[in-house]
Amino acid sequence: MARHRARRWFLRWCALALVAVTLGACSGSAHKSPQNNSDAAAFPVKLAAANGTVTIPRKPKRIVSLSATATEDLYAIGAGRQVVAVDSYSTYPPQAPHTQISELSPNVEAIVSYRPDLVVIAEDNDHIVAQLEKLGIPVLFEPAPGSLAGAYALIRALGQATGHSAGAAPVIGEMRRRIAAIVHAVPRPQTPLRVYHEVESSYYSVTSRTFIGQIYTMLGLRNIADRAHAAGAYPQLSAEYIIASDPNLIVLADAACCKQSAATVAARPGWRNIAAVKDGAIVPIEEAIASHWGPRTVIFVEKVAQAVKKLEDRTG
Amino acid sequence: MSTSARDGLPRPVGAPSETVRPAPLGARERAPCETMPHPTVRARGVPPVWGISMLIFALLSLLVGLAIGPIGIGPGAILSSAGSHLPLLHLPGRLGAVQEAILWQVRAPRVVLAALVGGMLAIAGSAYQGVFHNPLADPYLLGVAAGAGLGATLAIAYAGVGDAGELLPLAAFAGAIAAVAATYVLARSAADVRSTALLILAGVAVAAFLTAAQTFVQQQHTQMLSAIYSWLLGGFDSASWQEVVLIAPYVALSSAVILAHRRVLDVLSLGDEQAGALGLDVRRVRLAIVAAATAGTAAAVAVSGLIGFVGIIVPHTIRLLVSSSYRAIVPLCLLAGAGFLVMADVIARCVLSPAEVPIGVVTAVFGAPFFAVVLRRARRSGW
Repeated sequence: MARHRARRWFLRWCALALVAVTLGACSGSAHKSPQNNSDAAAFPVKLAAANGTVTIPRKPKRIVSLSATATEDLYAIGAGRQVVAVDSYSTYPPQAPHTQISELSPNVEAIVSYRPDLVVIAEDNDHIVAQLEKLGIPVLFEPAPGSLAGAYALIRALGQATGHSAGAAPVIGEMRRRIAAIVHAVPRPQTPLRVYHEVESSYYSVTSRTFIGQIYTMLGLRNIADRAHAAGAYPQLSAEYIIASDPNLIVLADAACCKQSAATVAARPGWRNIAAVKDGAIVPIEEAIASHWGPRTVIFVEKVAQAVKKLEDRTG
Repeated sequence: MSTSARDGLPRPVGAPSETVRPAPLGARERAPCETMPHPTVRARGVPPVWGISMLIFALLSLLVGLAIGPIGIGPGAILSSAGSHLPLLHLPGRLGAVQEAILWQVRAPRVVLAALVGGMLAIAGSAYQGVFHNPLADPYLLGVAAGAGLGATLAIAYAGVGDAGELLPLAAFAGAIAAVAATYVLARSAADVRSTALLILAGVAVAAFLTAAQTFVQQQHTQMLSAIYSWLLGGFDSASWQEVVLIAPYVALSSAVILAHRRVLDVLSLGDEQAGALGLDVRRVRLAIVAAATAGTAAAVAVSGLIGFVGIIVPHTIRLLVSSSYRAIVPLCLLAGAGFLVMADVIARCVLSPAEVPIGVVTAVFGAPFFAVVLRRARRSGW
């Protein structure tokens, strides 16, 4: 039941997104955003974040990002020059100023030593938000988005917070346009293809409630992990269930961490009987792309869609 | 126990996670230096009733383990499939290729591996308790868990080993052995002190140090967190015949040595001095038993990760139910431990099917209340 409701919700959402994209495309050129010139003048900016209303007095020049997704977003919208330090999880883009600051156990002194005028945080570990606020540093607490809409909202918020609203809008528009095009073009067979997404080599997966699961739903795939939703959004599946579910497509988000590949998957006991293994439909994907919900999410959508298309081309 | 397991659940890298705590299911450190009450030891072997019923329990749990799983395969189909594999009969099997693979390549090795590990942890636990006269002793007492944890973490962090890697069990095994060796050397360096308490304290120090090193390495490689946690939590989710073959010799050898020393363990339970007065070379037999228990435990941990509770709860249950003589405890532990862990694994894969529950949660949630009942019963009958 819940699954059906979720699917219906998604179809409706996809339709809405398409309408929004079309409307946006039509009206975009009509009024050149007035914010364009007033970005610097827009400060002080008040933003609603997970830590309440955040006031950013002037355009930040020294940003510390403890959120891998936010780091990618900041560089995409043109705020990269203002970034002075990023945490150890922020692996992209390569030119970001990587530090040893840990997102898991952030050290307030290490952060303050960069004299930040804005800190972006995705997880409030060790009460870091309160610690920084006490020191009068503006903190934008933005938990990892749970949906594409959330990802767009995060980019928009970061644009406003850094004085790059004009840079954020086209990034969002481009993501919307490309994802809509991929979703529109992907082949949709009568019986939906089954997908198994592997987070970790002891069969941790994702259900359709996760960000990544929603993308599979958009592409018309049936996620085999959904039957394990009782165990949460990231259930550990039984090997025998995966084999019996016979997924048509296997996506490996553990290719780097755990050196998993089409060869290691085929060598697992009993896995040779799986359709995806027989058809070679195993897609290794960079963990960062499959777990940071920024502009590079488009690459993920594209890769999965390509695999689906290849499967469909083969079966006719 | 259950909350720490939930906190420690591996999460996908970069996905939302709360503060992650480094300690696995709290089986690493045990309080030192508590002496067991001296039971009056009567030289008695395994009572036949208990021997037979434990054998039946172990065999039954193997069958249940083979018959029950997220994918339903009927007992008739299993029998006919088993018949088709018998060398001379060649009966026609009724199972498709997929179910055949699930039954014999996924479920069967999993059940056998759980039995080997369960039996090993329980018998090693009983040996440690006997050698150290300590009711809180478990197979992880002298640093096996911490050493294996560091070995596995180093392998995952620096070699990027997945489950397919050959290096991970090897590194865990080496780490476990090295940790216990370090404990022994440390205790020995304190010259003439013969007490087992010193060995236990050395184990605490070594375990603490290695756990700290493990946590440090882990925090330096946050992108490997989920892989490391998954190993630390333990379980049989990706068991294979390869792993069975890998540990079977160690389990066999280690169990054989401990079984051969079951009378010696009874003598040791009189206390080191009295045992010495009876002509026993206490230090030598202690080293032999600890070495055997350690090698077996290290092999078990290398393929299954850290599974708590089995090594402490099974020997005590046998002690309370059957006899305080190690001549009964040791062999019965092998059977009861095997049956217990196989059943715990059945629950782990069925309760949230098709999702898995960490097996440490199951061993604690079902083991602890059962143990409490046994304790109450024993208290009433005046143990």
